[in-house]
Amino acid sequence: MLLAVVSAGILVFSAALSLSLGRDPQKASAAGAAGAVIAAIIGLIPTVKILLYPAIETISFPCSLPTGSFTLVLDPLSAIFLLPVFILTAAAALYGLDYLKPMAGKKPLGTAWAMFNLLSAAMVLVLLSADAVPFLMGWETMAAASFALVVLEHEKPQVRKAGLIYLVAGGSGALFLLFMFSLLASPSGSVAFSSFLRPTGALASAVFICAVLGFGLKAGFIPLHIWLPEAHPAAPSHVSAVMSGVMIKMGIYGLLRVLVILGAPKEWWGWLLIVIGAVSAVAGVLFALAQHDLKRLLAWSSIENVGIITMGIGLGVLGQARSIPSLAALGYGGALLHVINHAFFKGLLFMSAGSVLHAAGTAELEALGGLLKKMPFTAFFFFFGSAAACALPPLNGFTGEFLIYLGAFNNIGPSSKAALPALIVITSLAATGALAVAAFAKAGGSVFLGEPRADSAEGPHDAGTMMKVAMAALAMLCAIIGLCSPFLIKPLAAAITPLAVSYPLLDAGVNMLYVSAGALTLIALILCVWALRSALSRGLPPVRGVTWDCGYAAPTARMQYGASAFTQPLTDFFQPLLRKARSYPAIAEYFPGTASFSTEARAVFYNHLYSPAGAQIKRLAFRYTWLQHGRLQFYILYIVIALIALLVWKL
Amino acid sequence: MTTLAELIIVAVILLNLSLAASGSLATCIRLAAAQGVIAALLPLLAGHGVPSGTIVFCCAVILLKGAIFPWLLTRARVKANVSRDAEPVIGYPASIILCLGAFAASSWLGTRLPLPETARVAWIVPASLSTIFTGFLLLTTRGKAITQVLGYLVIENGIYIFGLALFVEQPLMVEMAILLDVFVAVFVMGITIFHISREFDHIDTAELSQLGDWYPKQSGGEK
Repeated sequence: MLLAVVSAGILVFSAALSLSLGRDPQKASAAGAAGAVIAAIIGLIPTVKILLYPAIETISFPCSLPTGSFTLVLDPLSAIFLLPVFILTAAAALYGLDYLKPMAGKKPLGTAWAMFNLLSAAMVLVLLSADAVPFLMGWETMAAASFALVVLEHEKPQVRKAGLIYLVAGGSGALFLLFMFSLLASPSGSVAFSSFLRPTGALASAVFICAVLGFGLKAGFIPLHIWLPEAHPAAPSHVSAVMSGVMIKMGIYGLLRVLVILGAPKEWWGWLLIVIGAVSAVAGVLFALAQHDLKRLLAWSSIENVGIITMGIGLGVLGQARSIPSLAALGYGGALLHVINHAFFKGLLFMSAGSVLHAAGTAELEALGGLLKKMPFTAFFFFFGSAAACALPPLNGFTGEFLIYLGAFNNIGPSSKAALPALIVITSLAATGALAVAAFAKAGGSVFLGEPRADSAEGPHDAGTMMKVAMAALAMLCAIIGLCSPFLIKPLAAAITPLAVSYPLLDAGVNMLYVSAGALTLIALILCVWALRSALSRGLPPVRGVTWDCGYAAPTARMQYGASAFTQPLTDFFQPLLRKARSYPAIAEYFPGTASFSTEARAVFYNHLYSPAGAQIKRLAFRYTWLQHGRLQFYILYIVIALIALLVWKL
Repeated sequence: MTTLAELIIVAVILLNLSLAASGSLATCIRLAAAQGVIAALLPLLAGHGVPSGTIVFCCAVILLKGAIFPWLLTRARVKANVSRDAEPVIGYPASIILCLGAFAASSWLGTRLPLPETARVAWIVPASLSTIFTGFLLLTTRGKAITQVLGYLVIENGIYIFGLALFVEQPLMVEMAILLDVFVAVFVMGITIFHISREFDHIDTAELSQLGDWYPKQSGGEK
């Protein structure tokens, strides 16, 4: 426990160090990255220890905060989230060393590294806090530090817009959390988690709604997600990896922590979470399918995965409310496992997308192509991560979803008390999985396969050494978790004990053995086919040909199957939801001249929900402009009226 | 001795009314100064066995409020070429009625406020509250920048009396109020009014609103 606090201290110290070394970008980067890696190694010791030998450790600092106390608690639930935080921030720091190098001299790298480490420290604080005051301090620091990183390239107008949306989303989320904590604290008068009296009835539901809104804004529940597809592409890639991999999971952690505090949940909470999860997962992957920017696509895929996690939590809550232990344990367990898995594979994907952006100068899918030959390592890592993201065995993405599937399938029998929600989850998960394969086939195919489409893709280089090391580490973790999932069951069971009885999850360990065995068989099969192929093709000269020549006699690179063409049948089908802006040429003659075609993915929720609502609020506000007239005397009069009203009210 | 203190309280209340009714800037300055001076006499009368520190303190306050501030304000009025009129936004009868209303409200408030039993002089709390309200009245209904400063001074007089009612034994808070007083008088009036009148040839705050970040519709262009 003390070591976890020490690691947060190291993060803050190295943040200060890289800030003070800002003049010399190389030294600042070294200080920042070294701090992140050392802190991660130190922090992992207590985290792994708690996961292997479940216990609850508490540290209370004597310094008193306004209305709160500085109490930190490390329990298995926090440790499950701390694990990816430490691993991913260390990997991202290594990656950032190479990634930020070209920005030296142009951007304040000292500040960037300071903010990066501050973000990590804030996440550690959020996960360890057992009191609302340090929790909110960590929460706000996290939002502020990540905002600074999002607007690192603030000369681009799109980045500034993303920053503004992110700031507003973060602020409103924190507002809900403040309200939630004051509701929780109102009966006992103390803001320490341990002193919260278990609320009942309407108060409990109000707390839950505030938690869904406040934490959902961070986690990216649809329709609270609008900052995510803007901020993730705007941030530097290693920061996107951390934001998407672990920072949005702080919302999931908060929700789970509140569920622990609330105790016995109501049934409709589970329904609400299942619906939010199903909508986020399916709509998230559909919008991912429609995107034209690699990082934006990955951001939408993060929304999809948060949806999957939320469905798992929803099943857990429902299982708790209807006292179905197997549903509760497998739902929560699957959700937590997917939290870890998503952190690793999405980190890997954002890093390989960053390598593409770094090398080719663009992440625009329609402009890229044929990078497999120039960037074999990056391409391998991207396809590896994609396979994990599509929940394909033998990689890790499969394991978490498998637990959720298992929980749902156990409960669809005719005598089951939760057949309908289980069916909804199964169908949503299946649809999401299929659409994810399409989305990642589109992304990987248009970036790495075929021929280079534009000049910008002509002279790219593969990722730097540190970038490769970071990606290789994450890819290895994806494979290890995919193969060794039975070993994770015990720590997961420890983490869910405050929420549900854990024996059904321990029983599921047997099923996970089958998963591992199947994965090993699959790997053996792939190796056999590979060996057979090598044996058969031995001595034969390799033939070089065009990829995708589509039957043309003299194809050019521009005639390749494009990203939007690849997904057009699917996106057209879902056009009522996706609302893409499209213009097709109308071909009326036998020999048509030059024609152009365009399709644009639009921010549907922003345009159709938030923008009108914002305009309405603005109109309402403008009605009261007569209050702000520029006359000093009347401003003083307002103050006098407010003071007198307060005085009279208190009498 | 208490009788004398009560006489002073009555005088303070009457001065409030005259401040609300007076139309000449010079008179207003003198009235505010007079109020400050007689309020400064209060700690010398309220208790028995006045320590020498309090006497020095009162002399300093009397010097500041009775001599230095009126002199500075008059100098500002003359140098900035301000017309004699106080230019109230509302009429004098309305000002007087508001002032009387403020006094009535303060009397009610004085009975309702949960105050410690230190107030030995009758009416001291209502008088102080009504002085504060009169200061606010000057602030909100008079157009000139100088009357704004005067308003602050009158509010300060009220706070001073209120402080005396509660904290006769601990003059720290009262001294803090004096510091605020000096800040307002020297900084706001001395620097700001001179600069503004030099730049814009007037110190009417209604005209100065053009400088705000909010542009009324007639200025056009900007929203």
